[in-house]
Amino acid sequence: MSDLTRMSAVALAAALRGGNVSSVEVTRAHLDRIQAIDPAVHAFLHVDVDGALEQAAAADERRAAGEEGALLGVPIAVKDILVTRGMPTTCGSKILHGWVPPYDATIVTSLRAAGMPLLGKTNMDEFAMGSSTEHSAYGPTRNPWDLDRIPGGSGGGSSAAVTAFEAPLAIGTDTGGSIRQPGAVTGTVGVKPTYGGVSRYGLVALASSLDQAGPVARTVLDAALLHDVIAGHDLMDSTSIDVQWPSMAAAAQVGDIDGLRVGVVKELGGEGYQRGVRDRFGEAVRLLVDAGADVVEVSCPHFEYALAAYYLILPSEASSNLAKFDAMRYGLRVLPDDVAAPSAEQVMAATREAGFGDEVKRRIILGTFALSSGYYDAYYGQAQKVRTLISRDFATAFEQVDVLISPTAPTTAFKIGEKLDDPLAMYLNDIATIPANLAGVPGLSLPSGLADEDGLPTGVQILAPALEDARLYRVGAALEAMLHERWGGPLLDSAPELEAAA
Amino acid sequence: MTAVSTRSTNSAELMPFDEALSQFDPVLGLEVHVELNTASKMFCGCSTVFGREPNTQTCPVCLGLPGALPVLNAAAVESAIRIGLALNCDIAAECRFARKNYFYPDMPKNFQTSQYDEPIAVNGGVDIDVDGQPFRIGIERAHMEEDTGKSLHVGGATGRIHGADHSLVDYNRAGIPLIEIVTKPIEGTGRLAPAVARAYVGWLRELLLGLGVSDVRMEQGSLRCDVNLSLRPDPGAPYGTRSETKNVNSLRSVERAVRYEVSRQAARLASGRRVVQETRHWHEDTGVTTSGRSKEQAEDYRYFPEPDLVPIAPSVTEVERLRASLPEPPAVRRARLQADWGFSDLEMRDVVGAGALLLVEQTVAAGASPAAAKKWWLSELARRANDAGVALDELAITPEQVAAVQSLVDAGRVNDKLARQVLDGVLAGEGSPEQVVIARGLEVVSDEGQLSAAVERAIEGNPDVAEKIRAGKVAAAGALIGAVMKEMHGQADAARVRELILEKLN
Repeated sequence: MSDLTRMSAVALAAALRGGNVSSVEVTRAHLDRIQAIDPAVHAFLHVDVDGALEQAAAADERRAAGEEGALLGVPIAVKDILVTRGMPTTCGSKILHGWVPPYDATIVTSLRAAGMPLLGKTNMDEFAMGSSTEHSAYGPTRNPWDLDRIPGGSGGGSSAAVTAFEAPLAIGTDTGGSIRQPGAVTGTVGVKPTYGGVSRYGLVALASSLDQAGPVARTVLDAALLHDVIAGHDLMDSTSIDVQWPSMAAAAQVGDIDGLRVGVVKELGGEGYQRGVRDRFGEAVRLLVDAGADVVEVSCPHFEYALAAYYLILPSEASSNLAKFDAMRYGLRVLPDDVAAPSAEQVMAATREAGFGDEVKRRIILGTFALSSGYYDAYYGQAQKVRTLISRDFATAFEQVDVLISPTAPTTAFKIGEKLDDPLAMYLNDIATIPANLAGVPGLSLPSGLADEDGLPTGVQILAPALEDARLYRVGAALEAMLHERWGGPLLDSAPELEAAA
Repeated sequence: MTAVSTRSTNSAELMPFDEALSQFDPVLGLEVHVELNTASKMFCGCSTVFGREPNTQTCPVCLGLPGALPVLNAAAVESAIRIGLALNCDIAAECRFARKNYFYPDMPKNFQTSQYDEPIAVNGGVDIDVDGQPFRIGIERAHMEEDTGKSLHVGGATGRIHGADHSLVDYNRAGIPLIEIVTKPIEGTGRLAPAVARAYVGWLRELLLGLGVSDVRMEQGSLRCDVNLSLRPDPGAPYGTRSETKNVNSLRSVERAVRYEVSRQAARLASGRRVVQETRHWHEDTGVTTSGRSKEQAEDYRYFPEPDLVPIAPSVTEVERLRASLPEPPAVRRARLQADWGFSDLEMRDVVGAGALLLVEQTVAAGASPAAAKKWWLSELARRANDAGVALDELAITPEQVAAVQSLVDAGRVNDKLARQVLDGVLAGEGSPEQVVIARGLEVVSDEGQLSAAVERAIEGNPDVAEKIRAGKVAAAGALIGAVMKEMHGQADAARVRELILEKLN
């Protein structure tokens, strides 16, 4: 294995800046690593060898011309839900098989402008519906800690790619936990920014009012550097917030928690949470107390309805967002059997039948039902009221404390196939992450250790008020430093070595 | 009615209009869709120019490509607010867009972004003039929405989807901003129902032109009208079941569609059948409506607030600024012009009815007398527009050119008959009136020597007529004038010719 792939983004950036290594060398090292181990991990749906090397060479030229840039020349992987001009974008679905977008997502434009070579597109649950990446139409991604286990979802490809040292950084998207939960179960860092903090233009919508893209990384500081690249107001996204964001990297470098008021969310823990997850969480809380934080228990009484509200709002919006996949303009087109001259409507139906997987169909049906006349008030309308109550719970909590913390996910990584036939069990994986999406507040997950019972990673989640993303990095970096000191190094150092494919 | 009878499955029994109105009281409702003339589309920067190559004015947003997001066009919101204010509506302090979900190939996203339960303008009302009678029309709402693409069905006999072997879609129109203006139920029209409907749509067209927010070209679809109509036994009774006739796209058709639906529904009700609540299609060629979707088959649009857009909250200051920018209301403007021009009520109604108010106003502004301006637009030019099947303002002649023709007449350089040839030349694209006069050699001959010689030749050639005139029968001069004009190829001032004849024979 090349040392370059083991380096953090910060370290790579320093090496590039110091002229010790070129972006072409760094990028090639990661492409080699992908070629060697991705057959086992399957983090990528598409690897753009030529494109990445070209962009790396261009980054080296820019540096030679005197350009600076925090992540100039550092390669990155992008979840396959962000459109990339000239590179296939499938969203993990057959229905977009072969589609090559004619435009770049705003995030992708930002990455290109920052001189970050795009290694390729990472695997995901189809249209980001799932918590295990098993719902990808192109086969599951495997957790580098144990190849028989899931890497979380929907962004399991991005989390596995950074875990397996295939990429120093990746972009994920988080609608109900799809950045943070994969981070937790792979021992990596994932951040869901404040809703509106990062442009959604070019992010293929699952649920427009919940979706938010964010950084996937191995350290809090790496995530912060990437956050600084992708955040900012975008005129192409009406829900994008027009504020001047402070530097997240600067906040991560401060890493100070003295006098910080921390609220442990009463409703996000206890019963239903795996023993090892609870133990590691308790230890993290004690570290904060020892470091001078003022930790109290905080109640958010409406969080218990979050999952139910989420599974009405998300399918409702998704049923509408996914209506555009109709075989008329792009993507898969399937003609119905036994119809001589099919109508457009029949082609739409046959294509959607063949092109969507079961979980996608399940949610489209749920959402269509929830929005139907006569049911709207009871389902979608009620869910929106719950959403308001959850936002109020956050508002009340943040009057008492600076940040909230909880375990990120109730369990460690489960076995591939274990929950595939039990959607409700699968949905419960996001029970701790969903409230942040419903309220639009930012959240960061970082590794809290390994569960004693299975030796698998567990995660702790930090939540802050909307717009206070920098606070997450300040607290996250401090906690991470204490944990690293305790472990004697990053958690990933204890991950098993992956064998290169023959 | 042969054309109707071939449509055997759709042909309907009709009760004569007058008879229908003696038995039933009609209630009207009009929904008018107006395409705004903003430079760019509702939610993206694509051009809105009409008639370009299919699918050349599109982008990821209006094609509904995965990942694309809408951004609201501020100019469209301004236009919507101005329309709302001109219709005396309340402007919502805050309102939202919704998604109207249904599958159709000309809908790129398979949902239309439209206002639903939170329109930008509500509860207005306007006074219109129907054949000299004032009539109050209540306005329920005006809301914003985006237009769909346009399907072209290829291979069928009728251009309709039925029988076509394939269809093409042009998305140039997809995303063009539309305002839908919905009236409250219009009661108390009685037999004037068709006239009220026509007058309202005509009035609205004039209002929108005056606001400058739309080209309102009905034949290009930039103003489209849906006619809702129901009948009830008498004015006190609850509303009957209504039909909704879609895409009635000319003023004349609005009138005809109302008349047809009154006759059709009356025949059904009189024979003990019920009126089906349904969408009906208007057929311009045959003048009938045919059944479309019934309410039982109606789609459930699953409206919900559009999460990709933020609420619109126009400030009071902004609304008041727009209110101050409104042009004079049509009724006030009409009264002012009538007084300025000294027209009778009847004359004024003719001008308005011909859709010539603005044209006459501009012609007067360009120097013509009101009477002359009215004369040209309402006679010669109206006839030509009618022959060509276009609206008056679509003729290839400007009010300034009409005024120039009149000034040629006033200067005695052309007579009325020659002036008509000048109009022909301008309409044929031969240039300005001055250029046409020169190129066609139309100027009247004012050389007295030449005229005098022609008069003498006419007298010599018609001695008996000359004798009658000498004997005092001045009316006989017409024959000699005719002969002179013929010799001069019409390019002479007939009054001067007459004077010369009388001088020479007395």
